[in-house]
Amino acid sequence: MKFAVIVFPGSNCDRDMYHAVKDVLGEEAELVWYENSNLENYDAILLPGGFSYGDYLRSGSVAATSDVMKQIKEHAAKGKPVLGVCNGFQILLEAGLLPGAMLRNKNLAFMCHQEALRVANNTTIFTQSYAENEVVRFPIAHGEGNYYCDEETLNELKQHHQIVFTYENNPNGSTSDIAGIINKQGNVLGLMPHPERAVEAIIGSDDGLKVFQSIVRNWRESHVANV
Amino acid sequence: MLQTFDISPAQIETEKLYKEMGLSDNEFEMVKSILNRRPNFTETGIFSVMWSEHCSYKTSKPLLKKFPTKAPHVLQGPGEGAGIIDIGDNQAVVFKIESHNHPSAVEPYQGAATGVGGIIRDVFSMGARPIALMNSLRFGNLTSERVKYLFKEVVHGIAGYGNCVGVPTVGGEVQFDDSYEGNPLVNAMCVGLIHHDEIQKGIAAGIGNTVLYAGAPTGRDGIHGATFASDDLAEDANKDRPAVQVGDPFMEKLLIEASLEVIHSDALVGMQDMGAAGLTSSASEMASKAGTGMEMDLDLVPQRELNMSAYELMLSESQERMLLVVKKGREQEIIDVFEKYGLQAVAVGEVIEEKTFRLKQHGEIVADIPVDALAEEAPVYQMPSKEAEYFNTFQQMETQIPLVTDYTEMLGKLLEQPTIASKEWVYDQYDSMVQTNTVVTPGSDAAIVRIKGTDKALAITTDCNSRYIYLDPETGGKIAVAEAARNIVCSGANPLGLTDGLNFGNPTKPEIFWQMEKSVAGMSDACRTLGTPVISGNVSLYNESRGKAIFPTPVVGMVGLLETLDHLTPSYFQHEGDLVFLIGETKAEFGGSELQNVLADPDQIYSGKAPFIDLQVEAKRQTQLLDAIHQGIVQSAHDLAEGGLAVALAESVFSEAGLGVSAYLDGDMTVKLFSETQSRFLVTVKPEDEERFAAQVEDAKQIGVVTGDHTYTVIGNGEKVIEENVHTLCKRWKGAISCLLKSKA
Repeated sequence: MKFAVIVFPGSNCDRDMYHAVKDVLGEEAELVWYENSNLENYDAILLPGGFSYGDYLRSGSVAATSDVMKQIKEHAAKGKPVLGVCNGFQILLEAGLLPGAMLRNKNLAFMCHQEALRVANNTTIFTQSYAENEVVRFPIAHGEGNYYCDEETLNELKQHHQIVFTYENNPNGSTSDIAGIINKQGNVLGLMPHPERAVEAIIGSDDGLKVFQSIVRNWRESHVANV
Repeated sequence: MLQTFDISPAQIETEKLYKEMGLSDNEFEMVKSILNRRPNFTETGIFSVMWSEHCSYKTSKPLLKKFPTKAPHVLQGPGEGAGIIDIGDNQAVVFKIESHNHPSAVEPYQGAATGVGGIIRDVFSMGARPIALMNSLRFGNLTSERVKYLFKEVVHGIAGYGNCVGVPTVGGEVQFDDSYEGNPLVNAMCVGLIHHDEIQKGIAAGIGNTVLYAGAPTGRDGIHGATFASDDLAEDANKDRPAVQVGDPFMEKLLIEASLEVIHSDALVGMQDMGAAGLTSSASEMASKAGTGMEMDLDLVPQRELNMSAYELMLSESQERMLLVVKKGREQEIIDVFEKYGLQAVAVGEVIEEKTFRLKQHGEIVADIPVDALAEEAPVYQMPSKEAEYFNTFQQMETQIPLVTDYTEMLGKLLEQPTIASKEWVYDQYDSMVQTNTVVTPGSDAAIVRIKGTDKALAITTDCNSRYIYLDPETGGKIAVAEAARNIVCSGANPLGLTDGLNFGNPTKPEIFWQMEKSVAGMSDACRTLGTPVISGNVSLYNESRGKAIFPTPVVGMVGLLETLDHLTPSYFQHEGDLVFLIGETKAEFGGSELQNVLADPDQIYSGKAPFIDLQVEAKRQTQLLDAIHQGIVQSAHDLAEGGLAVALAESVFSEAGLGVSAYLDGDMTVKLFSETQSRFLVTVKPEDEERFAAQVEDAKQIGVVTGDHTYTVIGNGEKVIEENVHTLCKRWKGAISCLLKSKA
């Protein structure tokens, strides 16, 4: 299985994402510069964290209008797994691939530490390796991670089981403790906490590894005919 | 600041305009004799920034020479953007600390942010990928609204810049004392990782080669920043806001990636960042180091404002700019890399044989200066030195043991002192984990950053107890280095070397120069005994406001190597039942202590002698402890610092493990608990390793045991003197800083 890690100007978790997939998981991965890219030959697309375009205008807003996002939308429509973490999640929101928006953290400060998360839906292609309601620890590192959506959207998210991760101790004011959501088709996941920073016990937690393992497991199962 | 630029050389001399730029009468005479004529306005500006203390180290140079800078593992000592130390496997670690004090005093957010940006450029201009940031901060007490504002905004500035560029801020220190009230200190340290064959130097070699300007265009910000940094902070320092630069971390991030890509091209000859004194210092230093000259056409320099004069272009300290020298004919390869990242890179000049620094604008020569006159031949002064009067008084003082009646309450009070209290409010705002190498996050003795692809890791710390240095600069200087090494050793790493951030008052005052001289002597002594050469550093003088100098604050940024992560040792207790050992005896030493701070009258807070230190004893204990750690018989190790044993014991149980401690002490409890005697360590050992440990570490004595009941207990002379719930203590320690920030003055 081959992962594309999209690199925008200002992405800064791109190498971490690459390291998690390539070195820790042992899958194929490539850093793909946002210009002149062709995503056809990749099986999954990862949008890493960072400050694409310096967070100018709004977090993720400039990257959301880039050419590569047009391609990503097409691939997402065809069912390819797309995972956006932190700034990647913000880009997915700005691009309209996921509903809602980000506000500044309720304490108006950047925050970085481990947070306990609950896997609220373990039936997705990104979370099927977790137990139901499993509590895991991922680092958060964001200034604008206060997820907001209106009542109607929230009801819809709940109705379709699109809330995938929730905070155990809501750090940033997110609506309904939301840390990560998935689209209705179930192939585009965005979350603020960093699973790629939780892939080795030596750096504090390896609870995030199962996100990537889930993607691989699902891909292998659906491509069993080719093995 | 002067605003007109059509001033004649004659006017500069007769009206002594050079004085406003920071040149003395004597220095102006030197300039005239170097040029054999009077300098024009641009040239006067160039000389004044290059000969400012910030760029030339003219008063500190004689002292800096005393530092040991060589060792077999030192690949690059002071003189380049940053120093380099070999760590084996063709890898090396690159690091440096730099101050941004004056800018932070007038515009704290941008001052601190651009301090971070500048030190990162110093490191990646060597060809190294920046892997960690530290910072050492000093503020007045958190009682005035102004100090609170400075503190908050400096932290926001560091976070705003560091988080965006994707270099983790892994630790540092913050201390609070009245002496920093009007003149906070913001010292930022950057550590980078490099392969030996990737090391770049800032040299302009190869006659005919092209000088390339890359990065952000030049604006009118930060003009004369280096000179501003080389004078006392005036009452009306706010008018100097235009001398503070404005940073763009997004631009810096692009510049990092582009620069680290071009180092792989053999078309690149040399690279240097444009830091203090901007284009002037980078260009002239690159030529001076290579023994060449340089000619530049200022019309080609990218500019973001109209009608910039040569003077403004040369003295601007606009951020996120690099100067490169590339092989003639191969400019396009380099330009293409920068363009990929949306950055400008343009040829602005060439390397010439004649050792002169020649600038053209609008077809005319606007400056023509012998290049060595700016860099290597800058004036050097041996300032007069005089022992500070207070020193003798303090040395004569009898040691007095302060009166403490309620030890539990005093412990709680000490834990609430902002210098001791948890800095979580600060470091939670820093991305400490990006790059996924941070093994030990902020809040420990030393930060630990692993090196991917190896089993090795780096231990990084910054330290400086300026209270001791104020009381006794030589002893305090020794302690600063020893304490940094202690922190590295406690983590299980071997100290490799250090970078120094020397922050002092006005060096033209003999008592200040004496502080500098003595503290450098003490530091040098400790460096020699502990085997830690100085590989880079920075000097920040004139840290005074309203005529009062800061405490002498020579910050030590030290890096150590963990040969294997197996040696990694936590600073807090690990298991119930482990034995608690104290290495080193405790004497009655309260000069400069936190206890003195809490108890003393506000007019004369610190007095008496600084704690004594015997460097031989220090070295022996560090070696023996490190050996014990490497043998795998140490469960945790923590050095004793501010607040003494009582505070160290508390910090050791403030973890999620839910542990407690029972300590048994004899003698004077105030001394045993709160004295700040040096060269002491708090270590835990498994009961089965007790004998091996005691045989290995001579001066270790068991003083207690780790308990599982979440209670902090001290039995003194057979009686219970402290019994407190750990959670209660921890709450006071953790909440103190945010509480101070919220309270109304």
